[in-house]
Amino acid sequence: MFKLFLKIFKTPSNIIPLQNKDSDQAGIVAVGKKIENKVKKLFRGSLTIRQIDAGSDNACEQELVALSNSFYDIERFGIHFVASPRHADMLLVTGPVTRNMAEAVKRAYEATPEPKIVVAVGDDAIDGGIFKDSYAVLGGVDSVLSVNYQIPGNPPTPKKILFSLLNILENLDKKPVILK
Amino acid sequence: MTIIILEIQIILTPLVSPLCAGVINKIKARLQNRKGASIFQPYRDLWKLLHKDEIISRDASWIFRIAPFIVFSITLLIGASIPLFTSFLTNTLTGDMLLIVYALAIGTFFLALGGLDIGSAFGGFGSSREMTLSALAEGGFIFSLLTIALINGTTNIFAIANADIFLHGKYLFPTLLAFGGFLVVLLAETARFPYDNPATHLELTMIHEAMILEYSGKKLALMEWASFNKLLSFNKLFIFLALWVNLFFPIGLAYTPGVITISMGIIIFMIKIFLGVLLIALLESSMAKFRFFRLPDLLLISFILNAIAIGLIR
Amino acid sequence: MLEIITSPISFFILLSLFFVGAIGSLLLRKDDDSANIWSNFFAIAGSLWGLLFSVATIISEHTAAFLVNGSPFPLLSFSFNIDLLSAFFIFIISLIALFCSIYAVGYVRHYYQKYNIGALGFFYNFFILGILLVLTASNGIFFLIGWEIMSVASFFMVIYDRDDQENVKAGFLYLVMTYIGTAFIVVAFLLLYKFIGSFDFVTIKSGVALLPIGAKNIIFLAALIGFGVKAGIIPLHIWLPAAHPAAPSHISALMSGVMIKTGIFMMMRLFLDILQPIPIWWGIVVLIIGIISSLLGVLYALTEHDIKRLLAYHSIENIGIILLGLGSALIFSSLSMPALAFLSLVAALFHTLNHAIFKSLLFLGAGSVINQMHTRNMEEYGGLIKYMPQTAFFFLIGSMAISALPPFNGFFSEWLTFQSLFQGIAILDSSMRWLFILAVGALAFTGGLALACFVKAFGSIFLARPRSTEVTHAKESPRSMLIGMGALAMLSFLFGIFSSQTVSLLEKIGRSFDVLQKIPETILVSNSQGLMIENSFSSVSGLTFLLSLVGALIVVAIIIDLIINRSQKIKIGATWDCGTDLNPRMEITSTGFARSIVVIFKGILKPSIQHTIDYSDSESRYLPRTRTVSLGVGDVYKSYFYQPILTMITSLSMRVKNIQSGNTNIYVLYILIALLVSLFSIL
Repeated sequence: MFKLFLKIFKTPSNIIPLQNKDSDQAGIVAVGKKIENKVKKLFRGSLTIRQIDAGSDNACEQELVALSNSFYDIERFGIHFVASPRHADMLLVTGPVTRNMAEAVKRAYEATPEPKIVVAVGDDAIDGGIFKDSYAVLGGVDSVLSVNYQIPGNPPTPKKILFSLLNILENLDKKPVILK
Repeated sequence: MTIIILEIQIILTPLVSPLCAGVINKIKARLQNRKGASIFQPYRDLWKLLHKDEIISRDASWIFRIAPFIVFSITLLIGASIPLFTSFLTNTLTGDMLLIVYALAIGTFFLALGGLDIGSAFGGFGSSREMTLSALAEGGFIFSLLTIALINGTTNIFAIANADIFLHGKYLFPTLLAFGGFLVVLLAETARFPYDNPATHLELTMIHEAMILEYSGKKLALMEWASFNKLLSFNKLFIFLALWVNLFFPIGLAYTPGVITISMGIIIFMIKIFLGVLLIALLESSMAKFRFFRLPDLLLISFILNAIAIGLIR
Repeated sequence: MLEIITSPISFFILLSLFFVGAIGSLLLRKDDDSANIWSNFFAIAGSLWGLLFSVATIISEHTAAFLVNGSPFPLLSFSFNIDLLSAFFIFIISLIALFCSIYAVGYVRHYYQKYNIGALGFFYNFFILGILLVLTASNGIFFLIGWEIMSVASFFMVIYDRDDQENVKAGFLYLVMTYIGTAFIVVAFLLLYKFIGSFDFVTIKSGVALLPIGAKNIIFLAALIGFGVKAGIIPLHIWLPAAHPAAPSHISALMSGVMIKTGIFMMMRLFLDILQPIPIWWGIVVLIIGIISSLLGVLYALTEHDIKRLLAYHSIENIGIILLGLGSALIFSSLSMPALAFLSLVAALFHTLNHAIFKSLLFLGAGSVINQMHTRNMEEYGGLIKYMPQTAFFFLIGSMAISALPPFNGFFSEWLTFQSLFQGIAILDSSMRWLFILAVGALAFTGGLALACFVKAFGSIFLARPRSTEVTHAKESPRSMLIGMGALAMLSFLFGIFSSQTVSLLEKIGRSFDVLQKIPETILVSNSQGLMIENSFSSVSGLTFLLSLVGALIVVAIIIDLIINRSQKIKIGATWDCGTDLNPRMEITSTGFARSIVVIFKGILKPSIQHTIDYSDSESRYLPRTRTVSLGVGDVYKSYFYQPILTMITSLSMRVKNIQSGNTNIYVLYILIALLVSLFSIL
């Protein structure tokens, strides 16, 4: 056990700080119903995310998992992933919605209490991406749910996802977040 | 003056417990080379949850709706009934150690029933595992408190904290054993490693989290807060065991009412809590969750340690 | 006024009320409804009278010992001795019989047109009459008459529902075990007669010095086994889980709540009162039996999915807890510590009362549920809280009481038992200390496991979704059943809140024992605030706890619901099912709930799994059609205890059979040998 702690203390910190000028990397697209400001204020300090895989090729999931590691560390912004849609504020949906997962995605949406935000992550979730016009997919999350934001990319890098999330919460607009 | 002290006693537990949980998460994050959420994050989480709407399952009955209130009120009551930062308050009415054990059992009872009420598979087996561990932990819990009670000749927790005797050398070893046994039970009852991973997403590995999967909004806020409260109230019992060992006793608790002594009492209490929390965070970062059927062995070890401790008194 | 109520005449009125109820019910057997009303009316009247009688006796401490002349046999005298202990047990039976009879008015309608209601009323009233005789008889033979009446009446009620062959088999097992117990009791009484010369309890008590120590020990063992069979201690308990479920539910409640306590009553009477002074190993044996019964009782309860068998095993567990109190009382009395013995005795008495109340409540609740569902199998229940809300609420109160959750009554009697054991650990020396440490451990584990078991029971029966279509046809019980259950639930709550007042009454009963007269200081102080053990070792107050909990609840509810976020909307939606449809098979079953604990304790419980697979083509076994899994719990007692005894008796009988050779010449030889032996012994 002591070797473990020694190793922990020897490892240097490798967290990626956020610079103000990187904020234009965030290329989110706001669609659908605009989220009111007061809801965003509610979520600014603490946002819980439920990630739904609607038949994706797991590329976006890899990037989402990377958000919790020591490089990107999404928890420092008060955002964390939860296990149940009942606990969630935001649904991050990835993948073109396959026919088998359509019902599940709808039920997950209905199981999430208001107020909630739906974000489609990745080109597949936006309009089908590389699976566009396939017989097995319904083509994008907006065919089953009302999407509020989209994060384009195939898949979007963790940095981009992070900035986009922060942008959705209007953190970067209000005050600069410079972390050392 | 006493009114203020009483009020502090009552609200200290719910006020400080989210901070404890926040500090544990921060220390764990640091040990994982991350930055982690701020230590006040649980307060923000609770605030947000209180402002969200709720969705309640069609299959749930009034037990589901009332369980969070009962669980939270019990932890509030127990938090107010045990010595936090003073030793001169007396509580002969609800300060008995058996009452504390069984009152916490009321909380577990309703938590488990709430988990069963929704009729999903997760709540059911979460309740089953929770009740199994709670049944086995109760033996160790009562025994560790009994050791301290026998040393001091009373089962009233306030009287134990107030007792004027110094630790003789012969009581040091039983107290240490009881301390170790109590630590094991504390980890079991507050759903920490190695019993349960509070941050897991896999329902098959959940024990406490599985029962609250269906709650949302205000009820979820109450359930989460109660589990922080349980952590804190357990911490306190944990800490006052520690106080006997450290011989911190003269400066630990406020003997007499007075602004200086009370604030010293609160500060030192915070320091002791922080030490306990640090220990838990270090433990969580250095071990993995055990397989479920190894956990009864661990609880049995706690029971045996405490039984030996009782046997060693005298 | 009190004199009249506690006089012998009043006691005979009590007996005659039940007697009239019995005979009248038999005469009215042609008309179901009037038989039902008659028998229950007289049972209710008798119970009310009994309550009045016993409470007056306890408060005024006006005991009565009297004799009815005119017995045809010299050894049998119809003598009664109603002292405070008997009055307390009469109180218990009257209380439980009152509410069970109120419940029965609605419940027995279930049996109309199927069986003879008049016979049920007859046996029911005689059963209570028998118990009253057992509790007050002061002559050994008279006691045995009452014991027989009690046992035979209950046997007929156990096999009442005789369409089900299982019930008849259960009744037979019950009868055999009861008679084995009675045989041992007769042996004890005969030994007492041999050395002291009388069957009268008062005479025996004054002449106890005449008993040689060997005979005293044999009497102890015989009485322990005899009364232990009735009480249901392990390993003599095998009739309990079979007989209690077979009987109609209000009878099960009476049997479980009162009848098994008569075993405890006689143990208290014999060991603490009549046979004093006693050696210490008696108390040790009783304590060890208490430890084993409580732990094993609750473990077997966890394996059950038949609701009444589960409750029957819990009765065994609670008898174990009562025996923990009684055993420590015996130990302390042999060590000349009357104060601690007093404390333990009060704990045992309080738990007897509390168990009677909450166990009857649970059995009556189970009876209501079984009435609607027509099956005792818990795996077919589920979601009944929406169809039977009041029954669910009362069952919840019963579950909380039996799991010793404050502020209900179970907590306070277990608290007292714990305190008496703690005092034992604090005061005794090393070897006895470890026994008491073991006892505390057993009690702690029992409490926790009982809690787990009742989460399982309540959850499987009432919560979640229905597991069978029968549930949707269930309706709430008729009003008389609800009144019976509700009153018991209210009593459970009140005895918890006012435990200190109850304990001060129980102290009077404790002091009535000769061996506990000289208590130097007050060890148990019960005032309006709460209970307190000597030298402020511990204290607890039920009322304060309840008030502060209710206060906290109200404050929290007001703050959370009304002040913070008033505009919150609560929607009703489907259970989060991960996107698939939830069917009843996906809920946890009661077997599944307890499976973890069964696996953990597999050394004691010896669970077994059997797989049977039915293949589509039995030759090439590739495609299974159905797979059956049978889970079972090993029957340890049958294989290790009863089977060897049975085998021994059978082989002994086979050998003795050889005497009957069928040859008359051999028989004449036997007569000759017997004559020669008797001639020589006279010389």
